[in-house]
Amino acid sequence: MSDLPLIPEIIISALLIVGGFFTLVGSIGLIKLDNCMSRLHAPTKASTLGVGSLLMAAMIYSFASETGSLHEVLVMAFLFVTAPITGHLIAKVNLHRLHQTKDMPPAPSDHVWGTYSEK
Amino acid sequence: MILIALNIAFAAVSISQLLAMLRLLKGPNTGDRILALDTMVVNAIALIILLGIRLGTDIYFESAMIFAMLGFVSTVAIARFVLRGDIIE
Amino acid sequence: MLSRLLPHPMLTAILAIAWCLLVNEIKLGTVVFGVMLGLLIPIATAAYWPDRPPVAKPVKLVGYLVMVMWDILVANVVVAMIVLFKSNKNMRPAWVVIPLELRTPEAITMLAGTITLTPGTVSADVSEDGKALLVHALDAENPDEVRDDIKQRYERRLKEIFE
Repeated sequence: MSDLPLIPEIIISALLIVGGFFTLVGSIGLIKLDNCMSRLHAPTKASTLGVGSLLMAAMIYSFASETGSLHEVLVMAFLFVTAPITGHLIAKVNLHRLHQTKDMPPAPSDHVWGTYSEK
Repeated sequence: MILIALNIAFAAVSISQLLAMLRLLKGPNTGDRILALDTMVVNAIALIILLGIRLGTDIYFESAMIFAMLGFVSTVAIARFVLRGDIIE
Repeated sequence: MLSRLLPHPMLTAILAIAWCLLVNEIKLGTVVFGVMLGLLIPIATAAYWPDRPPVAKPVKLVGYLVMVMWDILVANVVVAMIVLFKSNKNMRPAWVVIPLELRTPEAITMLAGTITLTPGTVSADVSEDGKALLVHALDAENPDEVRDDIKQRYERRLKEIFE
């Protein structure tokens, strides 16, 4: 660990703590919430932002301490693009397993939702 | 100051990894287990990045990248298997 | 001729930038090799996606992305507060059906992704004919309000960008 000027140090520390906090919130939500669709909310949003902010901290640290590197952006972009897709697939798994729970609204105009489609 | 923040972040991410593991063991249905595994992959990426900052090297970045890609592909593969009974149609 | 050589200009740019980021240095050799990859990969894979994704107004797309990023930040604070301080009894999960005006698959994908990343909503499914989205809201007092909000804030802008 090298010594840094004060301002980058404060920014990096803040980002690290915020990142840790959001990652933790994501997992607390995963444990605490009581139905399987609600549980989907916490990790898809909070964990993604948590890791995003940790990556941001890593990037600023590398710029402040040595030559600097930008390739953390790649992981960040990848996580942000894939989070909705995993969320959507897990939602489909839940729908498939629970099969048309009673409070779920039907699709409009005589069609069914894609998961239940026969095509 | 960074060292203290880093340790707090390490603790938070480790606890969330344990909580996700608990959901993986408990998880009443398949969707929850897949979600828990996905969360564990994301948390593992976070731990790798923190280790990279702590040791001040760039080498761990590649493993974080590979984790991100493999984690996504395996989540999609498990979900598709549950949905269709087949991964590549 | 140009469209044969450059089937997806956006993809070319993204591939070149991604290669430079992976190598993590900006030298002439890296950039040239990145551009070469960016030219060859779209030609090699052109058979798998014959249609060009139509983006009518790329400048507005950037503005949209900035707005979504801000919303993601706000969304996370809101969800964190709900997760930490609201008991399961008081939570009101609800299903919301959103009738779609968008028709292109790219625009619908963007909308579904945005919905998943923003305040307390996850897009779960699309109807068989692609004319409605099924959205799950974590804590909605009034499902109609959620629907109108999504239609006003995101769908209207995406319609301007893609159609």
